[in-house]
Amino acid sequence: MNSVILRGAARILVPLQLAGALGLLVRGHNDPGGGFIAGLVAAGAFTLLALAEGVAAAQRWLRVAPGTLTGVGLLLALGSGLPALVLGRPYLSGLWSGEWAGGVRLGTPLIFDAGVFLVVLGVGVSIVFALMEE
Amino acid sequence: MSGWLAAPILIPLAAAALLVLVRGRRWRGILALAGAAAHCGSGLVLVAACAGGGHLVLAVGGWPAPYGIALVADLFAAIMVAVTGLLGLLVGVYALGTDDLMADAVFPPLAQVLLMGAGGAFLAGDLFNLYVWFEVLLIASFVLLTVGRRPAQLAGAVKYVAINFLASAMFLTACGLLYGKTGTLNLADLARKIPADPATGVVLTSASLLLAAFGIKAALFPFFNWLPAAYPTPPVAVSALFAGVLTKVGVYALIRLFTLVFVQDVGRTHALILVLSVATMITGVLGAAAQGGLRRILAVHIVSQIGYMTLGLGVWTPAALAAVMVYMVHNMVVKTNLFLVVGAVKRLRGTEELARLGGLWREHPGLSGLFLVSALSLAGLPPLSGFVAKFVVIRACFLAGHWLAGAVALGVGLLTLFSMVKIWLEAFWKESPDGAAAGAGPAVRPLGAPVWVPVLVLTAITVAVGLYPEPLLELAQRAGDQLMDRAGYIRAVLGE
Repeated sequence: MNSVILRGAARILVPLQLAGALGLLVRGHNDPGGGFIAGLVAAGAFTLLALAEGVAAAQRWLRVAPGTLTGVGLLLALGSGLPALVLGRPYLSGLWSGEWAGGVRLGTPLIFDAGVFLVVLGVGVSIVFALMEE
Repeated sequence: MSGWLAAPILIPLAAAALLVLVRGRRWRGILALAGAAAHCGSGLVLVAACAGGGHLVLAVGGWPAPYGIALVADLFAAIMVAVTGLLGLLVGVYALGTDDLMADAVFPPLAQVLLMGAGGAFLAGDLFNLYVWFEVLLIASFVLLTVGRRPAQLAGAVKYVAINFLASAMFLTACGLLYGKTGTLNLADLARKIPADPATGVVLTSASLLLAAFGIKAALFPFFNWLPAAYPTPPVAVSALFAGVLTKVGVYALIRLFTLVFVQDVGRTHALILVLSVATMITGVLGAAAQGGLRRILAVHIVSQIGYMTLGLGVWTPAALAAVMVYMVHNMVVKTNLFLVVGAVKRLRGTEELARLGGLWREHPGLSGLFLVSALSLAGLPPLSGFVAKFVVIRACFLAGHWLAGAVALGVGLLTLFSMVKIWLEAFWKESPDGAAAGAGPAVRPLGAPVWVPVLVLTAITVAVGLYPEPLLELAQRAGDQLMDRAGYIRAVLGE
């Protein structure tokens, strides 16, 4: 599709969508959001990019192959449960830092969510790219 | 010790993730085999830990049952994990040498995902988690069915997915009903709460829904028609993995639910399972007699064998449940082996149609001998594992007074022998038809170590179990007793 309006809109919308996805990712533990939905929103951003600029351009922006994202995401999610094992707690037990300024705490569930984010993004984008290239 | 419970899920997951990332054929082979070997090893650790008759329980993330995700292993589950791991390893070895499967984009990771799904289903201590693992299995198997992308595969895969979606919908409906009634989906908690709340309408409804859902997954009569359509079409390694593992997860789930949760109305539920099992055995073995392709014959036979497994559940004694376990182990080993031998035949002749095969005995006596051992074992001739397995199932039937079911099981064994002899006569014994001699077909490739090693190992297992069945029988007896001890399971999970 070659549309000036779509390309112009995508230039504004894609960064917004990606920023929104990151927002959803980090707020997801206590508020609505999380890795899964954030991954879908981010995959939506790359879909819009692929519609406006073509699959090749979207793939260039993504930089890595979608399959690589999926693999890395799986390993990240898997690895997020391992620190608990080292400390002798059940697999996937959440480990949290102390409270920082503004009540922010970081912990292993965020790593898990980031892994889920990458898996969903990778799978979603690879499905969309494959369908658009048919 | 209970930390090991996560291993049969995490090891294949890690292997699958790495297999997505790694491209080189050589490294993928090493990774796939290392993953499957570790998976099998973790299964053996679980068997060793449960061999004394205890349970292992892991509350994932530290959230205790009945609220969190519980993984539970008893001896039955542990043995299933170990056998599945062994089959995954041997089919992985086989895939190294055939069809360029290791270079395929999806086969190596998804085979691991299939093993993960099976491991998760065996260890799930929660009905909804069981549902999720079945979905994992469904997605992985759907894609694996289409590896190679021939039209017949897509036709089979669409049937497979359509009927399995129906099964998933019934499974989910049953989850909803049970959750609405009892407020829990933890299996131990369900087992504890349902007898105290004998709302038999809801309980029987969900039991029937689950019986139908698992019946579809296990290819029980009258839900089996998807299996002969789907199993014979993909690459042989995929068929072999499915034949060994996939339907058995359905049988396992049936046994888990109908030994732990739905035992209030055995007179109705288990009698129904008994009738369905007998019908499954008969239709499967008669259907197989009418087929003409090697894998089609074997696939329809899977249906018949499933009947033997659920027969033990229907008989409902500790000895019968022990017999089910022996039968499952035997069948997983032998069925996978037969599919692998078919793969070898296909490599030598480029076809698996009986009409176009022949003369294999003269040219390949070794392979023919290995086929004969597995085929006779499937038919239940001594001194092979099939004899032991059929003997314990039929004995359990007679001891419990189910004369007719036992007699049918005996007769079905004879008909199985008929099918196996038919394959033997057509493919191995008769003179090869014109143009089908070695070297004439377009796809003739020599067999290598990746074909011989798994076939030899599996044949050795069936002979060893046949000659020296005591250790397996004893283990199975303990597993059967443990399955009947519902209070022990509930105590282990809920800690009361």
